[in-house]
Amino acid sequence: MVSGRAEGEALVTTQTISGWGGINERDGSIIERRHELVGQSFAGKILVFPGAKGSSGWSAFFHMTRINGVAPAAMLFTRMTTKMALGAVVTRVPSMTDFDQDVFDTIRTGDIVSVDADAGEVVIKHRAEG
Amino acid sequence: MQLTDTEKAMRDGEGGEAVAAAMDLLIRYGNALGAERLVETDNVAGAFNASTPSVRKIAENGMAEVFSKLNLDSDKTVEIPQMAARTCQLITGIDDQNWALQGADPQMVQMQRDSEAFVGKRGVNLMATCTPYQVGNVPTFGEHCAWMESSAVIYCNGALGGRTNVEGKESTGAAALTGRIPYWGYHLTENRYGNRHIRVDVPVRSMLDWGLLGYFTGEMVEENIPVLEGDLAGVDLVKLKHFGAAAASSGGVEMYHIPGHTPEARIADEAFGTSRAEDFHVYDAAARKKMYDTLQSAEDRKVDFIMLGCPHNSIEQVGRIAHLLDGKRLHPDVALWVHTPRAIRTVAERSGYVARIEAAGGKVMSDTCPAISRRLPEGVRVIATDSAKQAHYLPAIAKVQGWFGSLEACIEAGLTGTWKGDF
Repeated sequence: MVSGRAEGEALVTTQTISGWGGINERDGSIIERRHELVGQSFAGKILVFPGAKGSSGWSAFFHMTRINGVAPAAMLFTRMTTKMALGAVVTRVPSMTDFDQDVFDTIRTGDIVSVDADAGEVVIKHRAEG
Repeated sequence: MQLTDTEKAMRDGEGGEAVAAAMDLLIRYGNALGAERLVETDNVAGAFNASTPSVRKIAENGMAEVFSKLNLDSDKTVEIPQMAARTCQLITGIDDQNWALQGADPQMVQMQRDSEAFVGKRGVNLMATCTPYQVGNVPTFGEHCAWMESSAVIYCNGALGGRTNVEGKESTGAAALTGRIPYWGYHLTENRYGNRHIRVDVPVRSMLDWGLLGYFTGEMVEENIPVLEGDLAGVDLVKLKHFGAAAASSGGVEMYHIPGHTPEARIADEAFGTSRAEDFHVYDAAARKKMYDTLQSAEDRKVDFIMLGCPHNSIEQVGRIAHLLDGKRLHPDVALWVHTPRAIRTVAERSGYVARIEAAGGKVMSDTCPAISRRLPEGVRVIATDSAKQAHYLPAIAKVQGWFGSLEACIEAGLTGTWKGDF
């Protein structure tokens, strides 16, 4: 969807993420009070999530995380929307969707994951402990 | 993605560097979506001015850099030409006149004015409202648009039969300079039919009723397309404005049908097309009460701020507030702000509404709202609002307690300083 390769630690949530009002674009953290990842940062991580929700400011906020150097390393998502597509494009990180396995079953937070969006491959290199 | 010869020429730089950057972004975006082609648009509503501290550093290098980076996703700062499509600015962060009341930094005010001078010179109409359809941008049936602002998108699609997806800051910038947007999602007829059914069993008449129904709708259908039938009446601009903003907040609804009232469905069969939704969600008195309770995020009944006008109020709504406040005084501990587009504010002044609201101690604001600006009167702890959307967002954004209710309940809280509510 957006080409490129990345490797890093996975951050997994089954909840959609808001851009405007949902993240702090200065440190890459989730700030939505009722979100299961509240307080955690996706900076430099492989963000695995269903997709975007909320305001049309989604792309602009993820765009700012890139400008501020706190963008995710890659994005793996399951629900395609205009917010998600534009956000991934302007964040300019490898992004993939439409997987042949359930990513939420397969990938756990803390796993070391390599993403090759050009080849269409996601590989779990190292399992998180526990 | 297929490009026409004109679009290829834009990509290859025949329209200049900015147009080429815009086309490059649209190609990346269209490919990410899996769109087959672009569609022409002559109606763009986006966010082009600079009004927030996070933009300040970029703005120091000039407004061309702001547009290049933030509206075109271009690494190179390019010269920005005239907009190719009819383009307007949506809601912004600072009230150009009441900025001191907002507590805005004068440097930020100057930055917003400089950026507006820059984009205004290039043909951006500075409507500065979340409701462009109230002040001269009313899409015609079937018109392809490129709009941001979830409450405006759902109004465009559902109430008017215009066609837009929820666009962003970069795609609207690119659309404005090329007159193109990916032909995907709600631009295609087959994606506009209803796929969820809501049966309304409790009378929906008042503004409060329509807001609660909207919030319920979003909760039930999430991002799907609801068809609403049943005990509905009094459908008009302000009801659909309120309904849509609520549904877009609780669920991300971008399109709906109310057969007999909205333009793509004279009857329910038209709303569903070939695939009728089998199950329906029932909206009854219990569901209504549950939504009302869900929207409350306050415990303290001592209220210190009344927020009215989300989405921005119509002239009739401002008039109604003036009428309810006539000859009365707000409680000394309570601030009351009414938000309406600047063009409507001018009519409200001429009609005497602004003077009557101010005589009671209230303020009439334009260009912004507290959720967008993140600015409230100092020391506010507990707010009350008649907007389901504002009740959904503002308490989290501003870290305040929030009451939601009818306009009448909000005005009463303004006069007494105490929240009584509607139930």
